[in-house]
Amino acid sequence: MIDKTVATPAAAVADIPDGATVMIGGFGTAGMPSQLIDALIDQGARDLTIVNNNAGNGEVGLAALLKKKRVRKIICSFPRQTDSYVFDSLYHAGEIELELVPQGNLAERIRAAGAGIGAFFTPTAYGTPLAEGKETRIINGRGYVLEYPITADYALVKAEKGDRWGNLVYRKTARNFGPIMASAAKCTVVQVREIVELGAIDPEVVVTPGIFVQRVVEVDVADALTRPQAAA
Amino acid sequence: MKRFSRDQMAARVARDIPEGAYVNLGIGLPTMVANHLPRDREIFLHSENGLLGMGPAPAAGQEDADLINAGKQPVTLLTGGAYFHHADSFAMMRGGHLDFCVLGAFQVSRTGDLANWHTGAKDAIPAVGGAMDLAIGAKSVFVMMDHQTKSGTSKIVERCTYPLTGVACVNRIYTDLAVIDVTPEGLRVVETVEGLSFEELERSTGVPLWRAASPAMAH
Repeated sequence: MIDKTVATPAAAVADIPDGATVMIGGFGTAGMPSQLIDALIDQGARDLTIVNNNAGNGEVGLAALLKKKRVRKIICSFPRQTDSYVFDSLYHAGEIELELVPQGNLAERIRAAGAGIGAFFTPTAYGTPLAEGKETRIINGRGYVLEYPITADYALVKAEKGDRWGNLVYRKTARNFGPIMASAAKCTVVQVREIVELGAIDPEVVVTPGIFVQRVVEVDVADALTRPQAAA
Repeated sequence: MKRFSRDQMAARVARDIPEGAYVNLGIGLPTMVANHLPRDREIFLHSENGLLGMGPAPAAGQEDADLINAGKQPVTLLTGGAYFHHADSFAMMRGGHLDFCVLGAFQVSRTGDLANWHTGAKDAIPAVGGAMDLAIGAKSVFVMMDHQTKSGTSKIVERCTYPLTGVACVNRIYTDLAVIDVTPEGLRVVETVEGLSFEELERSTGVPLWRAASPAMAH
């Protein structure tokens, strides 16, 4: 019997080694897998490369991981937020490397990794500083920039429900990067609000099929991040 | 000098958005356009973090941390709205499916280059978000901005001095003084705030403008 469920967040992230590239889902705190991040902090892996849209909010989740100085490099589109002071101070101190990627290129580079695409030409950022040093091409009269996939050793994702085969559904805009990150990582670990019986998720509405998921862990959702957040 | 208020600017943009349009409103001033879209006009608002059919802010106490907009503020979903992942969301832009996006700007050049993501300051932390995708990702790109900086320098320029967001991507500029189209022949004034002459506008602009030949020019 195939059972991808794991008992605890700690067990789900136990083998993430130093130096790993880890994708972390979420847009701000919506969809951020905070219990998995907390488990990763406790586990102690360092020298990590993190892929996320942002660079942490306040001192929870990703920001807490940064604060522990476990992250060597972050690949993201929008690090600077009203409450990104942990990242801001590390950046100004030269203690973290930043690869800034336009949000749609970030999403498509992750999607491309999961889809086995070698590289792709995108019009986004053509003629801007973020295309400097990159190969460009004029196609049908329009300028494009060559972008490469972003792969990862692990993806940490938050979903609403999952089953023991790893099929997932998400909740509202917490879906964001989850499905594409799940497809792009060698090992995708998902925290869900509820593990359900096989067949309980209507096959017509499965968003992430289980082939993209290696581990599913049910977490207690009675945490601060499920409550309304301050605008940021 | 008389100027369009923020609400007048937003209402003027809203006038140009027809029923059935798929629209992304950028963070900041463009968000105000939503308040001026007539309720009897069905318009689909897109937010790049994965929703179409975005509704207004929820009532106090009804906020849902899993339902936010690109500015990370709580929103609602209209009946008939949909959620999707980030790659699909940006395919909607990059693939040319959005009809309009409305963006703020630091500068727009005579040829429609846009600068709106970075002031170029050395110590500033760069953050681009979806700005570059939006700049190239709608059939029509509208910019809403003050005509001049606080120190009185024109934000419509011959060539942008701030780092670019996109090249030759802006179609129409709405400022507190005028509505101006970016055309292959240059910047064409569509209308100006009441009482402002073409010559006065041109003096406030710093690059040559031309007048619509038709009576469509309102003042």
